[in-house]
Amino acid sequence: MNKVVSSADEAIRDIEDGMTLMLGGFGLCGLPEKCIAALVRKGVKELTCISNNAGVDDFGIGLMLKQRLVKKMISSYVGENVEFERQLLSGELEVELIPQGTLATRCMAAGYGMPAIFTPAGIGTEVAEGKEIRNFNGKDYLMEMAFDADFAIVKAWKGDTMGNLVYRSTARNFNPVMAMAGKVTIAEVEELVEPGELDPDHIHTPGIYVHRIFQGHDYEKRIEQRTVRKK
Amino acid sequence: MLDKEGIAKRIAKEIKDGYYVNLGIGIPTLVANYIPEGIDVVLQSENGLLGMGPFPFEGEEDPDTINAGKQTITILPGSAIFDSALSFGMIRAKKVNLTILGAMEVSENGDIANWKIPGKMVKGMGGAMDLVASAENIIVAMQHVNKAGESKLLPKCSLPLTGVNCVKKIVTELAVLDVLPEGGFRLLERAPGVSVEEIKNATAGKLIIEGEIPEMVI
Repeated sequence: MNKVVSSADEAIRDIEDGMTLMLGGFGLCGLPEKCIAALVRKGVKELTCISNNAGVDDFGIGLMLKQRLVKKMISSYVGENVEFERQLLSGELEVELIPQGTLATRCMAAGYGMPAIFTPAGIGTEVAEGKEIRNFNGKDYLMEMAFDADFAIVKAWKGDTMGNLVYRSTARNFNPVMAMAGKVTIAEVEELVEPGELDPDHIHTPGIYVHRIFQGHDYEKRIEQRTVRKK
Repeated sequence: MLDKEGIAKRIAKEIKDGYYVNLGIGIPTLVANYIPEGIDVVLQSENGLLGMGPFPFEGEEDPDTINAGKQTITILPGSAIFDSALSFGMIRAKKVNLTILGAMEVSENGDIANWKIPGKMVKGMGGAMDLVASAENIIVAMQHVNKAGESKLLPKCSLPLTGVNCVKKIVTELAVLDVLPEGGFRLLERAPGVSVEEIKNATAGKLIIEGEIPEMVI
């Protein structure tokens, strides 16, 4: 039950052109930055990326956009980068915007083995166009399908060789639900430990959902909006 | 007439002891600075935190600790951290008592538009559609008129909608208004120095004025 791979490059070795990937993180927080760098090195193209955001020009998914690896983004909030906007306006990049809770819950549904969920988010808006609506107890809900991703790539704080994961602070965000949702799930961690070193009561993602794990080094962890107060 | 801080101060008076509150980006974020003394609230940030604290002191920023606006923040004692699905689970299940958010337009039946201007770069709805679809208590913080001087309180929204029949109360630089279930903006309070006439002129939707309208106390 050893899921350890030597590097990000080995972890993503069989990701191919045209695949659908989930990438954890919120903004630049809790981003699988080592795997993103490896995907850029490998140069796989025509990817569909499910991720809450699309990074900034020189960090996160922005690096993949710059190399034109992405055919389609499925996100809730984008456009913090110039290159993204250029590709979108020129028609090189396709974007599907969906409500953030819908995005999270469609991941969750995949991890829970449920084909679809019902949510009120988007009722009466263009998000509802072409979707099945069901009324429960007098209120309308949209049927939204579970995601189907070839790979989920997540970032955790600690993990053990069996794939059990623990996240730190708000870097948790989409990572646990995406970890559950990939056909193959890759986890990169800041600290890889032996079985028994993590308290089973404190595991956020049980190792059964994780197929490959490796320890990344020298995380940049860039801050998108540095806000402080004076002492 | 109120400035942005004034709008935030007036909205802060709507927060009750024991509330869990979600604050949107912009004026709503400022509300946190004016929560009255003795009122105990927990701020929810939809990226997965209950118990958001103030910005960190310089040099103490933690890249793993941000709010839904991607700003570095602190975490207060008694906080809880969770994933994005659970975060919207508690929103959908109406556990969050109050949602305060900005808007481009609100209609007299409580529809809200705040995510998309056709022809302009669309950044996305983020968590706004989830919040307005489920929250029972939504206060909108916004300017009464847009930069072109046109009313943002309309009979019907012209921009793509974020949600329908959901806004309960609006606080602008001119007034506090309720959105009535049967439709219409009911004027509750005037901003200091603002006349009912000025509010009438700035409101394109159906405005309901009953009796004397008091000036707001901030």
